[in-house]
Amino acid sequence: MSDHVHPNHHLDDDHGSHGSLRDYVIGFILSVILTAIPFWLVMTGAIADKSTTALVVMAFAAVQIVVHMIYFLHMNTKAENGWTVMALIFTIVILVITLSGSLWVMYHLNHNMMPMTAHDMGQLP
Amino acid sequence: MTATAIKTELSQPQLQAAFYDLNEHDHPEGGSTMLGFWMYLMSDCLIFAMLFAAYGVLGGSFAAGPGPKDLFELPLVAVNTAMLLFSSITYGFAMLAMEKDKKGATQLWLLVTAVFGASFLAIELYEFANLIHEGATPMRSGFLTAFFSLVGTHGLHVTFGLVWLFTLVVQIGKKGLIPANKRRLMCLSLFWHFLDVIWIGVFTFVYLMGML
Repeated sequence: MSDHVHPNHHLDDDHGSHGSLRDYVIGFILSVILTAIPFWLVMTGAIADKSTTALVVMAFAAVQIVVHMIYFLHMNTKAENGWTVMALIFTIVILVITLSGSLWVMYHLNHNMMPMTAHDMGQLP
Repeated sequence: MTATAIKTELSQPQLQAAFYDLNEHDHPEGGSTMLGFWMYLMSDCLIFAMLFAAYGVLGGSFAAGPGPKDLFELPLVAVNTAMLLFSSITYGFAMLAMEKDKKGATQLWLLVTAVFGASFLAIELYEFANLIHEGATPMRSGFLTAFFSLVGTHGLHVTFGLVWLFTLVVQIGKKGLIPANKRRLMCLSLFWHFLDVIWIGVFTFVYLMGML
Protein backbone atom coordinates (compact mmCIF):
# COMPACT_ATOMS: atom_id res chain seq x y z
CA MET A 1 0.00 0.00 0.00
CA SER A 2 2.74 2.45 0.97
CA ASP A 3 4.73 1.77 -2.15
CA HIS A 4 2.16 3.41 -4.40
CA VAL A 5 3.18 7.00 -4.80
CA HIS A 6 0.73 8.15 -7.39
CA PRO A 7 -2.64 8.89 -5.79
CA ASN A 8 -4.44 7.96 -8.96
CA HIS A 9 -2.57 4.77 -9.34
CA HIS A 10 -3.21 4.04 -5.70
CA LEU A 11 -6.95 4.33 -6.03
CA ASP A 12 -7.05 2.25 -9.16
CA ASP A 13 -4.91 -0.37 -7.56
CA ASP A 14 -6.72 -0.95 -4.31
CA HIS A 15 -10.16 -0.60 -5.68
CA GLY A 16 -9.32 -1.59 -9.19
CA SER A 17 -12.14 -4.11 -9.08
CA HIS A 18 -15.00 -1.70 -9.76
CA GLY A 19 -16.43 -4.63 -11.55
CA SER A 20 -17.10 -5.01 -15.21
CA LEU A 21 -20.36 -4.69 -17.09
CA ARG A 22 -20.60 -8.45 -16.86
CA ASP A 23 -20.35 -8.31 -13.04
CA TYR A 24 -23.10 -5.73 -12.75
CA VAL A 25 -25.42 -7.59 -15.11
CA ILE A 26 -24.86 -10.93 -13.35
CA GLY A 27 -25.43 -9.24 -9.97
CA PHE A 28 -28.59 -7.57 -11.23
CA ILE A 29 -30.10 -10.72 -12.74
CA LEU A 30 -29.31 -12.74 -9.62
CA SER A 31 -30.84 -9.99 -7.44
CA VAL A 32 -34.01 -9.90 -9.51
CA ILE A 33 -34.40 -13.67 -9.22
CA LEU A 34 -33.57 -13.67 -5.51
CA THR A 35 -36.10 -10.87 -4.89
CA ALA A 36 -38.89 -12.19 -7.10
CA ILE A 37 -38.98 -15.68 -5.60
CA PRO A 38 -39.54 -14.59 -1.96
CA PHE A 39 -42.21 -12.08 -3.02
CA TRP A 40 -43.90 -14.78 -5.10
CA LEU A 41 -43.72 -17.25 -2.20
CA VAL A 42 -45.35 -14.83 0.23
CA MET A 43 -47.91 -13.35 -2.15
CA THR A 44 -49.20 -16.68 -3.44
CA GLY A 45 -48.62 -18.69 -0.28
CA ALA A 46 -46.99 -21.42 -2.37
CA ILE A 47 -45.63 -23.12 0.74
CA ALA A 48 -48.47 -23.85 3.12
CA ASP A 49 -46.34 -23.91 6.26
CA LYS A 50 -45.59 -20.37 7.43
CA SER A 51 -42.42 -21.06 9.37
CA THR A 52 -40.96 -22.94 6.39
CA THR A 53 -41.79 -19.97 4.16
CA ALA A 54 -40.13 -17.64 6.69
CA LEU A 55 -36.97 -19.73 6.71
CA VAL A 56 -36.86 -19.92 2.90
CA VAL A 57 -37.41 -16.16 2.59
CA MET A 58 -34.62 -15.47 5.08
CA ALA A 59 -32.30 -17.82 3.22
CA PHE A 60 -33.00 -15.94 -0.03
CA ALA A 61 -32.25 -12.64 1.73
CA ALA A 62 -28.95 -13.96 3.06
CA VAL A 63 -27.91 -15.15 -0.40
CA GLN A 64 -28.95 -11.85 -1.97
CA ILE A 65 -26.92 -9.87 0.56
CA VAL A 66 -23.85 -11.92 -0.36
CA VAL A 67 -24.58 -11.38 -4.08
CA HIS A 68 -24.79 -7.60 -3.52
CA MET A 69 -21.57 -7.63 -1.50
CA ILE A 70 -19.68 -9.41 -4.27
CA TYR A 71 -21.17 -7.96 -7.45
CA PHE A 72 -22.15 -4.42 -6.39
CA LEU A 73 -19.91 -3.57 -3.44
CA HIS A 74 -17.01 -5.55 -4.98
CA MET A 75 -15.95 -7.02 -1.69
CA ASN A 76 -12.85 -9.14 -1.81
CA THR A 77 -10.32 -10.27 0.71
CA LYS A 78 -7.49 -8.36 -0.94
CA ALA A 79 -8.88 -4.78 -0.92
CA GLU A 80 -7.06 -2.48 1.54
CA ASN A 81 -4.87 -5.39 2.66
CA GLY A 82 -7.93 -7.22 3.93
CA TRP A 83 -9.03 -4.50 6.33
CA THR A 84 -12.42 -4.04 4.70
CA VAL A 85 -13.16 -7.72 5.22
CA MET A 86 -11.89 -7.56 8.81
CA ALA A 87 -14.18 -4.60 9.52
CA LEU A 88 -17.08 -6.43 7.90
CA ILE A 89 -16.51 -9.57 9.97
CA PHE A 90 -16.29 -7.48 13.15
CA THR A 91 -19.54 -5.70 12.25
CA ILE A 92 -21.29 -8.98 11.55
CA VAL A 93 -20.18 -10.36 14.93
CA ILE A 94 -21.53 -7.27 16.75
CA LEU A 95 -24.68 -7.41 14.64
CA VAL A 96 -25.37 -11.05 15.49
CA ILE A 97 -24.75 -10.44 19.20
CA THR A 98 -27.03 -7.37 19.22
CA LEU A 99 -29.87 -8.96 17.28
CA SER A 100 -29.88 -12.39 18.85
CA GLY A 101 -29.21 -10.97 22.32
CA SER A 102 -32.03 -8.40 22.12
CA LEU A 103 -34.54 -10.86 20.72
CA TRP A 104 -33.59 -13.59 23.18
CA VAL A 105 -33.63 -11.42 26.29
CA MET A 106 -36.76 -9.52 25.39
CA TYR A 107 -38.62 -12.67 24.38
CA HIS A 108 -37.96 -14.19 27.79
CA LEU A 109 -38.80 -10.93 29.51
CA ASN A 110 -42.18 -10.83 27.77
CA HIS A 111 -42.67 -14.50 28.46
CA ASN A 112 -41.99 -14.16 32.18
CA MET A 113 -44.15 -11.12 32.71
CA MET A 114 -47.32 -11.81 34.64
CA PRO A 115 -50.35 -11.55 32.41
CA MET A 116 -52.21 -8.38 33.28
CA THR A 117 -55.95 -8.00 33.41
CA ALA A 118 -57.81 -4.80 32.73
CA HIS A 119 -58.35 -4.49 36.46
CA ASP A 120 -54.60 -4.74 37.15
CA MET A 121 -53.97 -2.07 34.51
CA GLY A 122 -56.27 0.28 36.37
CA GLN A 123 -54.25 -0.25 39.56
CA LEU A 124 -51.03 0.89 37.91
CA PRO A 125 -49.58 4.11 39.33
CA MET B 1 25.71 22.71 31.17
CA THR B 2 25.14 24.90 28.16
CA ALA B 3 26.99 22.47 26.01
CA THR B 4 24.71 19.62 27.04
CA ALA B 5 21.67 21.83 26.59
CA ILE B 6 22.67 22.62 23.05
CA LYS B 7 23.45 19.02 22.40
CA THR B 8 20.00 17.94 23.62
CA GLU B 9 18.36 20.65 21.59
CA LEU B 10 20.13 19.53 18.51
CA SER B 11 19.24 15.93 18.92
CA GLN B 12 15.67 16.67 19.99
CA PRO B 13 14.07 16.45 16.55
CA GLN B 14 15.85 13.23 15.85
CA LEU B 15 14.85 11.86 19.22
CA GLN B 16 11.25 12.80 18.63
CA ALA B 17 11.40 11.40 15.17
CA ALA B 18 12.63 8.11 16.53
CA PHE B 19 10.04 8.05 19.32
CA TYR B 20 6.91 9.41 17.72
CA ASP B 21 7.67 8.36 14.18
CA LEU B 22 7.53 11.91 12.91
CA ASN B 23 9.17 11.02 9.65
CA GLU B 24 6.00 11.27 7.65
CA HIS B 25 5.70 8.71 4.95
CA ASP B 26 4.15 9.65 1.72
CA HIS B 27 0.40 9.77 2.27
CA PRO B 28 -1.17 10.16 -1.12
CA GLU B 29 -4.23 12.37 -1.07
CA GLY B 30 -7.31 10.32 -0.49
CA GLY B 31 -5.27 7.19 0.00
CA SER B 32 -7.21 6.20 3.11
CA THR B 33 -10.60 7.59 2.09
CA MET B 34 -12.06 4.34 0.83
CA LEU B 35 -11.15 2.40 3.96
CA GLY B 36 -12.39 5.25 6.15
CA PHE B 37 -15.66 5.39 4.28
CA TRP B 38 -16.04 1.66 4.63
CA MET B 39 -15.61 2.09 8.41
CA TYR B 40 -18.38 4.68 8.34
CA LEU B 41 -20.65 2.27 6.47
CA MET B 42 -19.98 -0.44 9.01
CA SER B 43 -20.93 1.90 11.85
CA ASP B 44 -24.03 2.87 9.89
CA CYS B 45 -24.75 -0.83 9.60
CA LEU B 46 -24.77 -0.99 13.40
CA ILE B 47 -27.34 1.81 13.57
CA PHE B 48 -29.57 -0.30 11.35
CA ALA B 49 -28.80 -3.37 13.48
CA MET B 50 -30.19 -1.50 16.51
CA LEU B 51 -33.28 -0.46 14.57
CA PHE B 52 -33.82 -4.02 13.34
CA ALA B 53 -33.39 -5.28 16.91
CA ALA B 54 -35.95 -2.72 18.12
CA TYR B 55 -38.32 -3.83 15.38
CA GLY B 56 -37.74 -7.47 16.28
CA VAL B 57 -38.61 -6.76 19.90
CA LEU B 58 -41.51 -4.34 19.35
CA GLY B 59 -42.80 -5.75 16.07
CA GLY B 60 -45.52 -7.73 17.83
CA SER B 61 -46.73 -4.95 20.14
CA PHE B 62 -49.81 -3.74 18.29
CA ALA B 63 -51.56 -2.18 21.31
CA ALA B 64 -54.83 -3.42 19.80
CA GLY B 65 -54.01 -1.31 16.74
CA PRO B 66 -53.49 -2.37 13.12
CA GLY B 67 -50.89 -5.02 12.32
CA PRO B 68 -48.74 -5.61 9.22
CA LYS B 69 -51.49 -7.55 7.44
CA ASP B 70 -53.91 -4.63 7.79
CA LEU B 71 -51.39 -2.07 6.58
CA PHE B 72 -48.83 -3.37 4.11
CA GLU B 73 -49.40 -3.71 0.39
CA LEU B 74 -46.89 -6.12 -1.07
CA PRO B 75 -47.31 -5.06 -4.74
CA LEU B 76 -46.30 -1.53 -3.74
CA VAL B 77 -43.30 -2.86 -1.82
CA ALA B 78 -42.33 -4.98 -4.83
CA VAL B 79 -42.37 -1.90 -7.09
CA ASN B 80 -40.32 -0.04 -4.49
CA THR B 81 -37.78 -2.84 -4.33
CA ALA B 82 -37.56 -2.86 -8.12
CA MET B 83 -36.87 0.91 -8.14
CA LEU B 84 -33.97 0.50 -5.73
CA LEU B 85 -32.60 -2.47 -7.65
CA PHE B 86 -32.75 -0.55 -10.95
CA SER B 87 -31.01 2.39 -9.32
CA SER B 88 -28.26 0.04 -8.18
CA ILE B 89 -27.46 -1.22 -11.65
CA THR B 90 -27.71 2.25 -13.23
CA TYR B 91 -25.23 3.49 -10.62
CA GLY B 92 -23.03 0.62 -11.72
CA PHE B 93 -23.28 1.92 -15.29
CA ALA B 94 -22.27 5.37 -14.04
CA MET B 95 -19.17 3.83 -12.46
CA LEU B 96 -18.32 2.03 -15.69
CA ALA B 97 -18.69 5.28 -17.64
CA MET B 98 -16.48 7.00 -15.05
CA GLU B 99 -13.76 4.40 -15.53
CA LYS B 100 -13.77 5.15 -19.25
CA ASP B 101 -13.60 8.88 -18.45
CA LYS B 102 -16.86 9.57 -20.20
CA LYS B 103 -18.05 12.66 -18.38
CA GLY B 104 -21.43 13.07 -20.07
CA ALA B 105 -22.35 9.40 -19.78
CA THR B 106 -21.40 9.40 -16.10
CA GLN B 107 -23.66 12.36 -15.43
CA LEU B 108 -26.47 10.84 -17.46
CA TRP B 109 -26.37 7.51 -15.59
CA LEU B 110 -26.18 9.38 -12.28
CA LEU B 111 -29.32 11.27 -13.20
CA VAL B 112 -31.07 8.05 -14.23
CA THR B 113 -30.09 6.65 -10.82
CA ALA B 114 -31.54 9.77 -9.22
CA VAL B 115 -34.85 9.23 -11.04
CA PHE B 116 -35.12 5.69 -9.66
CA GLY B 117 -34.02 6.82 -6.21
CA ALA B 118 -36.56 9.64 -6.22
CA SER B 119 -39.30 7.20 -7.36
CA PHE B 120 -38.41 4.96 -4.46
CA LEU B 121 -38.74 7.87 -2.06
CA ALA B 122 -41.98 9.04 -3.62
CA ILE B 123 -43.53 5.58 -3.29
CA GLU B 124 -42.33 5.33 0.31
CA LEU B 125 -43.74 8.74 1.19
CA TYR B 126 -47.02 7.78 -0.50
CA GLU B 127 -47.11 4.65 1.65
CA PHE B 128 -46.33 6.63 4.82
CA ALA B 129 -48.97 9.22 3.98
CA ASN B 130 -51.54 6.47 3.47
CA LEU B 131 -50.63 4.84 6.78
CA ILE B 132 -50.86 8.11 8.67
CA HIS B 133 -54.15 8.88 6.94
CA GLU B 134 -55.51 5.56 8.17
CA GLY B 135 -54.51 6.49 11.70
CA ALA B 136 -51.46 4.21 11.74
CA THR B 137 -49.12 6.92 13.01
CA PRO B 138 -45.80 6.25 14.78
CA MET B 139 -47.56 7.05 18.07
CA ARG B 140 -50.21 4.35 17.57
CA SER B 141 -48.25 1.33 18.83
CA GLY B 142 -44.79 -0.02 19.56
CA PHE B 143 -44.89 -1.87 16.25
CA LEU B 144 -45.58 1.32 14.30
CA THR B 145 -42.92 3.29 16.19
CA ALA B 146 -40.33 0.66 15.34
CA PHE B 147 -41.59 0.40 11.75
CA PHE B 148 -41.42 4.15 11.07
CA SER B 149 -38.00 4.43 12.76
CA LEU B 150 -36.48 1.64 10.73
CA VAL B 151 -38.01 2.36 7.33
CA GLY B 152 -37.83 6.13 7.91
CA THR B 153 -34.12 6.00 8.72
CA HIS B 154 -33.50 4.07 5.53
CA GLY B 155 -35.54 6.60 3.57
CA LEU B 156 -33.58 9.42 5.16
CA HIS B 157 -30.36 7.77 4.03
CA VAL B 158 -31.69 7.55 0.48
CA THR B 159 -32.64 11.24 0.68
CA PHE B 160 -29.13 12.24 1.68
CA GLY B 161 -27.74 9.92 -0.97
CA LEU B 162 -29.78 11.84 -3.54
CA VAL B 163 -28.51 15.20 -2.26
CA TRP B 164 -24.96 13.85 -2.52
CA LEU B 165 -25.66 12.51 -6.01
CA PHE B 166 -26.92 15.86 -7.33
CA THR B 167 -23.94 17.60 -5.72
CA LEU B 168 -21.61 15.26 -7.59
CA VAL B 169 -23.41 15.77 -10.91
CA VAL B 170 -22.82 19.52 -10.53
CA GLN B 171 -19.22 19.03 -9.40
CA ILE B 172 -18.43 16.76 -12.32
CA GLY B 173 -20.00 19.36 -14.59
CA LYS B 174 -17.76 22.07 -13.18
CA LYS B 175 -14.46 20.24 -12.62
CA GLY B 176 -14.75 17.12 -14.72
CA LEU B 177 -13.75 13.63 -13.71
CA ILE B 178 -10.76 14.67 -11.60
CA PRO B 179 -9.30 12.08 -9.16
CA ALA B 180 -11.10 13.74 -6.22
CA ASN B 181 -14.46 13.47 -7.97
CA LYS B 182 -13.78 9.86 -8.92
CA ARG B 183 -13.05 9.12 -5.29
CA ARG B 184 -16.31 10.77 -4.25
CA LEU B 185 -18.20 8.78 -6.87
CA MET B 186 -16.67 5.59 -5.49
CA CYS B 187 -17.74 6.51 -1.94
CA LEU B 188 -21.27 7.27 -3.10
CA SER B 189 -21.26 3.97 -4.99
CA LEU B 190 -20.51 2.11 -1.76
CA PHE B 191 -23.17 4.15 0.07
CA TRP B 192 -25.82 3.57 -2.57
CA HIS B 193 -25.26 -0.18 -2.87
CA PHE B 194 -25.07 -0.43 0.91
CA LEU B 195 -28.55 1.11 1.17
CA ASP B 196 -29.79 -1.53 -1.23
CA VAL B 197 -28.33 -4.21 1.04
CA ILE B 198 -30.17 -2.70 4.03
CA TRP B 199 -33.37 -2.67 1.97
CA ILE B 200 -33.05 -6.44 1.45
CA GLY B 201 -33.26 -6.77 5.24
CA VAL B 202 -36.20 -4.37 5.40
CA PHE B 203 -38.37 -6.01 2.77
CA THR B 204 -37.57 -9.48 4.08
CA PHE B 205 -38.02 -8.96 7.80
CA VAL B 206 -40.57 -6.18 7.88
CA TYR B 207 -42.76 -6.63 4.82
CA LEU B 208 -42.52 -10.27 3.71
CA MET B 209 -42.37 -11.82 7.16
CA GLY B 210 -45.00 -9.40 8.42
CA MET B 211 -47.42 -10.64 5.79
CA LEU B 212 -46.91 -14.31 6.61
